[in-house]
Amino acid sequence: MIAIDIHKILYTAHGSMLLSIQLDIEKGQLVTLYGVSGSGKTSILRMLAGLMHVDKGRISVHDKTWLNTNEKVHRSPQQRKVGYVFQDYALFPNMTVRKNLEFALEKGQDRSIIEELINIVELEMLQDRKPEMLSGGQQQRVALARALVRKPELLLLDEPLSALDVNMRSKLQDYIIKVHHQYELTTILVSHDISEIIKMSDKVYCLEGGKIVKQGDPISIFTNNQVSGKFQFTGEIITIKKEDVVYVVTILIGQNVVKVIAQESEILDLKTGDTVIVASKAFNPILLKVEG
Amino acid sequence: MIDWNPIILTAKLALVTTIILLIISIPLAYWLATSKSKIKPVIETLVSMPLVLPPTVLGFYLLMAFSPGNAFGGWLQEYFGIRLIFSFSGLVIGSIIYSLPFMVNPIQSGLSGVPKSLYEASYVLGKSKVETLFNVLLPNIKPSLLTGIVLAFAHTVGEFGVVLMIGGNIPEKTKVVSIAIYDEVEALNYSHANTYSLILFGITFVVLLAVYVINGGYLKKFWK
Repeated sequence: MIAIDIHKILYTAHGSMLLSIQLDIEKGQLVTLYGVSGSGKTSILRMLAGLMHVDKGRISVHDKTWLNTNEKVHRSPQQRKVGYVFQDYALFPNMTVRKNLEFALEKGQDRSIIEELINIVELEMLQDRKPEMLSGGQQQRVALARALVRKPELLLLDEPLSALDVNMRSKLQDYIIKVHHQYELTTILVSHDISEIIKMSDKVYCLEGGKIVKQGDPISIFTNNQVSGKFQFTGEIITIKKEDVVYVVTILIGQNVVKVIAQESEILDLKTGDTVIVASKAFNPILLKVEG
Repeated sequence: MIDWNPIILTAKLALVTTIILLIISIPLAYWLATSKSKIKPVIETLVSMPLVLPPTVLGFYLLMAFSPGNAFGGWLQEYFGIRLIFSFSGLVIGSIIYSLPFMVNPIQSGLSGVPKSLYEASYVLGKSKVETLFNVLLPNIKPSLLTGIVLAFAHTVGEFGVVLMIGGNIPEKTKVVSIAIYDEVEALNYSHANTYSLILFGITFVVLLAVYVINGGYLKKFWK
């Protein structure tokens, strides 16, 4: 269990803002911090990693105190076991992929973890390349693998997928979910992609002006009325077209394009780019076996 | 035939100065690049002053400080038996101060250009500041290090005022090439002065060319 109770005055472009957060995260959960830019998401990760000063508060991770301003306990970033994936990946340009991972080894740590991680994120072919020779998605995988070398007690992901295209994103989400389970990690993700949050996280915390305004499981947070659908998917609206008396809404779900008929009343507050849930209630879906 | 001693002495002075400068400039530049201290502007100013100050001013104050008749020089003489005035060690100290900005400034700007997330990634991976400096920061600012080394070396080769003030003109001890040229001209030995000058001209050209070729990536292109 990770107990966080931190307070800090942040100085932003729009004046000062009090960040005041209280969170308890169960061991093994993957939770998301959601909110517009400037709501304090990245600052929370930085304070958890020890990269940013906390004015007042406590952080304890699995019964170990990382920070307690009352008792003047303040562990440095080096003394906290955190895996941090930065938005710009922060790979060391002077080292190859393998060296980047090896650099993270602790003294006397078993080196077999390097091989294992390279296999998991499928970088065997690229391990002797320098970061500048890799694509964004590949760099991202290196950053993820490097963050796991020390077997962190807490994995922090700062919008790790925001710079990637849709296909790459979905693949990397799968990698993250895989390592999260395989290493029984407790993970905090910063994201503002709703479909990503619904796909990946157990719990979401919505931040606004430095405070948590809503929390809960992602589906109930992001849909206004509870849908008791037999099956449901989250996707993004590509187009809304009027055809005779109905509207045809084209939605991208993962890599598939789906068309859904909608009434005028349903599309009133929808626009291109919105994230929606496609669910079916009345009909039983048909299952067809895919040969292959 | 010209006397080769001034050339050997100049090379030795530049080499020793550059090595010592590199050792002291890395921590100093690191501090200047990362510190938020209030006295930082003062230190930055002091480091950069030799850029604009006439070398004779610097030389004059060093001469005053080092001379055994004054407090500091007398103390050195008395307790350590060191006399910096008119000696090679004195030249080295003068050159270090004089060439300091040429080494510190490139390294400082190189370090400032390293993205903050690289430092932080290293800290989060459990590495200390010193480990981060040597394994992450310095290897990523090699062009700045090279620029600093070469500029400091070349600048030391070319200095005149400081050397003349505190070194005097003692053959095989403090008579470097730039002073030898002056000497030869005074004695109307233009051909010797020309030989020395050509040598300095050639060394400076080659050294600077090497920097631009290496930092410009021309070598890599050539090897491919």
